[in-house]
Amino acid sequence: MSTISREEVAHLARLARLEVTDEELDAFAGQLDVILQSMKTLAEVDTDGVQPTSHAVPLVNVFREDQPQPSLPRDAALAGGPDTFEDRFRVPRILDEEA
Amino acid sequence: MSRIIDKTAAELAADIRDGRLTSVEVTTAFLDRIDAVDGTVKAFLHVDRDGALATAREVDEAVARGEALGPLAGVPVAVKDVVVTKGMPTTAASKILEGWIPPYDATIVERIKAAKLPILGKTNMDEFAMGSSTEYSAYFKTVNPWDTGRIPGGSGGGSAAAVAAKMAPLAIGTDTGGSIRQPGAVTGTFGAKPTYGGNSRYGLIAFSSSLDTPGPVSRNALDGALLHEVISGHDPRDSTSIDAPVPPVVEAARLGATGDLSGVKLGVVKEFKEGADAAEPGVVAAYEAGLEQLVKLGAELVEVSCPSFAYALPTYYLIAPSEASSNLARYDGVRYGLRAGDDGKRSLEEVMSLTREAGFGPEVKRRIILGTYALSAGYVDAFYGKAQKVRTLIKQDFEKAFEQVDALVSPTTPFIAFEFGARTGDPYQMYLADLYTIPTNMYGGPGVSVPVGLSEGMPVGLQVMGPVLGDDITYRVAAALESTQDVLLADTAPEISAQRFTSFDEGGK
Amino acid sequence: MTKLNTFEQAVATYEPVLGLETHIELDTNTKMFCGCSTAFGAEPNTQVCPVCLALPGALPVANKAAVEATIKIGLALNCRIAEWTRFARKNYFYPDMPKNFQTSQYEEPLCEDGYVDVVVDGKAYRVEIERVHLEEDTGKTLHVGGTTGRIHGATESLVDYNRAGIPLVEIVTKPVPGTGALAPEVARAYTAELRDIVRSLGVSDVRMEQGSLRCDVNLSLNRPGEEWGTRTETKNVNSLRSVERAVRYEVRRQSALLDAGERIFQETRHFHETTGETSPGRSKEEATDYRYFPEPDLAVMEPSREWVEELRASLPELPRKRRERLQAAWSLGDKEMQSVVNADAVDLIEATVAAGATPSAAVKWWLGELSRRANESGEELAAMRITPAEVAELQGMVDDGRLNDKLARQVIDGVLAGEGSPSDVAAKRGLEVVSDTGALEAAVDEAIAANPAVADKIRGGTHAAAGVLIGAVMKATKGQADAGTVRQIILDKLG
Ligand SMILES: [Mg+2]
Ligand SMILES: [Zn+2]
Repeated sequence: MSTISREEVAHLARLARLEVTDEELDAFAGQLDVILQSMKTLAEVDTDGVQPTSHAVPLVNVFREDQPQPSLPRDAALAGGPDTFEDRFRVPRILDEEA
Repeated sequence: MSRIIDKTAAELAADIRDGRLTSVEVTTAFLDRIDAVDGTVKAFLHVDRDGALATAREVDEAVARGEALGPLAGVPVAVKDVVVTKGMPTTAASKILEGWIPPYDATIVERIKAAKLPILGKTNMDEFAMGSSTEYSAYFKTVNPWDTGRIPGGSGGGSAAAVAAKMAPLAIGTDTGGSIRQPGAVTGTFGAKPTYGGNSRYGLIAFSSSLDTPGPVSRNALDGALLHEVISGHDPRDSTSIDAPVPPVVEAARLGATGDLSGVKLGVVKEFKEGADAAEPGVVAAYEAGLEQLVKLGAELVEVSCPSFAYALPTYYLIAPSEASSNLARYDGVRYGLRAGDDGKRSLEEVMSLTREAGFGPEVKRRIILGTYALSAGYVDAFYGKAQKVRTLIKQDFEKAFEQVDALVSPTTPFIAFEFGARTGDPYQMYLADLYTIPTNMYGGPGVSVPVGLSEGMPVGLQVMGPVLGDDITYRVAAALESTQDVLLADTAPEISAQRFTSFDEGGK
Repeated sequence: MTKLNTFEQAVATYEPVLGLETHIELDTNTKMFCGCSTAFGAEPNTQVCPVCLALPGALPVANKAAVEATIKIGLALNCRIAEWTRFARKNYFYPDMPKNFQTSQYEEPLCEDGYVDVVVDGKAYRVEIERVHLEEDTGKTLHVGGTTGRIHGATESLVDYNRAGIPLVEIVTKPVPGTGALAPEVARAYTAELRDIVRSLGVSDVRMEQGSLRCDVNLSLNRPGEEWGTRTETKNVNSLRSVERAVRYEVRRQSALLDAGERIFQETRHFHETTGETSPGRSKEEATDYRYFPEPDLAVMEPSREWVEELRASLPELPRKRRERLQAAWSLGDKEMQSVVNADAVDLIEATVAAGATPSAAVKWWLGELSRRANESGEELAAMRITPAEVAELQGMVDDGRLNDKLARQVIDGVLAGEGSPSDVAAKRGLEVVSDTGALEAAVDEAIAANPAVADKIRGGTHAAAGVLIGAVMKATKGQADAGTVRQIILDKLG
């Protein structure tokens, strides 16, 4: 029984901005299915009234004082950029948001 | 054994401090060893000969001036490439970060530098730490120094192999589901995953934020403990860092080395011995022989039941990919790293998708898609939310166990190092490598893997799991087990053919 | 596209339901999750670090001052402050957002269930607040190659991350039904009140023109007695006047579609300042799936009740209280005060009074002559090129007899044209009342000579007839004579 379709994988890849090939789609759909089947076993666990855990020691109210720290030198900030222009990061045209 | 590279980190540190060796001599010995054998082992993605020697010279000058130095000053260390190093390439073994030179240091790197350990270079790993064999490195495969046809474990296969092949006395690893302990087990080295929050994650390239933990890789527990203390402690730049004293791991390792475990209660997890989750017979045999040794040292074995451990693997494969899918969204070819397909005509959206397609390997994509699925509208409560609740049940199993025992023991991984390609075809088979290590990550407590014996001529590891912030007990038990071995298991690896890798490029990948 | 209805037609048939989402940039020294400065106007990409550039490995730490500011806003909006709250990741790709997720809040906002009261046309409306939460701003994108600097038609874009990570407070109202034809004014009044409240707290400079307060306007229509309709969300409406116009436009547009039997799509729309129109945004097919989940890199927050009470005790006088105080001090009636509030003139009048004018004079100028001109030019009162100090100076010149009302209006022309202060303008344009009695007497003599019949009437005791002669003198002096002085001279000569 399949829990995840090829189309669903394609949709997820779009959400995740991954341009996957047809072969990858086929392979992933099958592999994800196996993994998801294993995850379905969690459904049988009774977690009513159980609080979630995200960290070993629950930490609360971890704050920073509002005191400025040095920023990166601009050259260092821009150095990693694949394409920069006039101290900004250059990107290709962004798809039209407006009709 | 008189070679520099055969000495432990603790011995080397003492030799340097007392003037019997210089740090330059020590560092050079390891750099030469890298030159000699890394062509075969391929543990390093980048070697920083000049930088390492510069630090070594500083240490030697300080020794000459009679300055007080930290306990590991002058002893070189290799760093897993998932840890950010200023001015030194950092790729997480991914094509998407090829050529990236970070403008900052991870907190643990700052601490290594402050403690004056020369950094030899960056070690290979599964891309973004996703894998258990280092076969998913985008650059090359690292081999197991015990058998070059087998995997060195993963994701930190490079760090473990570097230490196993004596190219470094110490290394840094990171452990999200077993990435320090499982490579340790299959390469016959020691590896510790500290309590989550005990070591800063600032500057660790994030895989799964609520699980990632940096820790030491070494040939024995004492060396690991010394490095553990160098990198540990509260960091205000990491909101999940615990503001508490570092557990006294060095003291505990020294205590363990005396070979006395009287009064120590060790829990044997019942569920690990049963059914499909059971380890290979050879692994079980070596592990049980180790348990006998521990009993001889005075430890008491108690069987404990941890029923929720059965759900640790599926829980992990919901939480880790979910967080990863979000953590890895930043690799979009805008601010750093690879950009693909920008032909001047395509839109940003297309270029981003092509960049991520070209820059990520198959395991990374698989997990991003899996995580995207688990977080999608309609699933987040059923998957991520549910998994976090199951984490609580696993945590409760641990807490209940620690009411009865001081630490839990198990094999580190169900099987010895497998041959290349044996599990890449079926991701789920690969995931099973972390079956015994993942519960600790779900809980957040400490876990170490210490070599316990051989099976089919390959190393087997014994895992010791402690309570949150009880890292010291894990070191004590590990060091005690080592005390029963005439020769450190790590020192019995077959000699690697010193085949020079002619195309080795020092500026390196 | 269907022809628009008039607003009056629309509200005769349909009932609007409003909803407002407001983003306010906080005035903290540093960003939300890193120590970078938030100062406005720095060179591009000079206020960035590993955290706010989302370099691999960097981690966030929350700014305590931003959390406190948000709690203060929540308290001032009568909200309940959460006892347990956390951040969440909102995942979507956009180049101005370095991590490709926004650290925001989802199911557990810092503040919930408050309200703001506004009065429009003598009627009180309570706008209920659903939530106030804390998040981070995005960087700024410059679109290059198009003709208008807009995304449409651009060939590439340039990104500056200085703004990325500045703390942003999002304030969301519950749906506001029952405003009828006053929906645009209620939306405006709410936004103005919110701005004043936040400004009074000193946690943001709330400058709409610099984008530190940005509004999204939600609107749906339904026929009386029917269920609420599908809403549209108009983004980035960035002045009080635009808020009003956006509501008005959507009412007209949606009603025309509904009249034609068409459906309203739930969609994001953009407001265009120049035309006052809205246009559809992001395509509808790819419904956004933000994949919210709790932010694992940050600790949860449990604001203690002591902390909250400490913050409550630190709240300054809020606008409502202040208005009551000023109304009494200025001796204004309720209706008059309401006009002052609706014209957004409280601050202006207070400053004018502080600069020396009487309250009645300050009210007269701002609500009268200056409001009229603002309306004509479509500007906000506060945006006009005249300061409270200049208005006070103008009134002083009137009080001293150096200007009369007519001349004062001409002086305003000059001040608004950027010619300088009122005294500068008066000097440059020669707009002083003529007080030289010799010149005035000559002008009066001329007027008497030219109007003998009128002069006789005055001599006969009909003093009211003096007006004709005064008018003639004023005309001869181009309005620069003081009418009272002229009248006195006439009566002296003929009385
Ligand atoms: Mg928002
Ligand atoms: Zn920053």
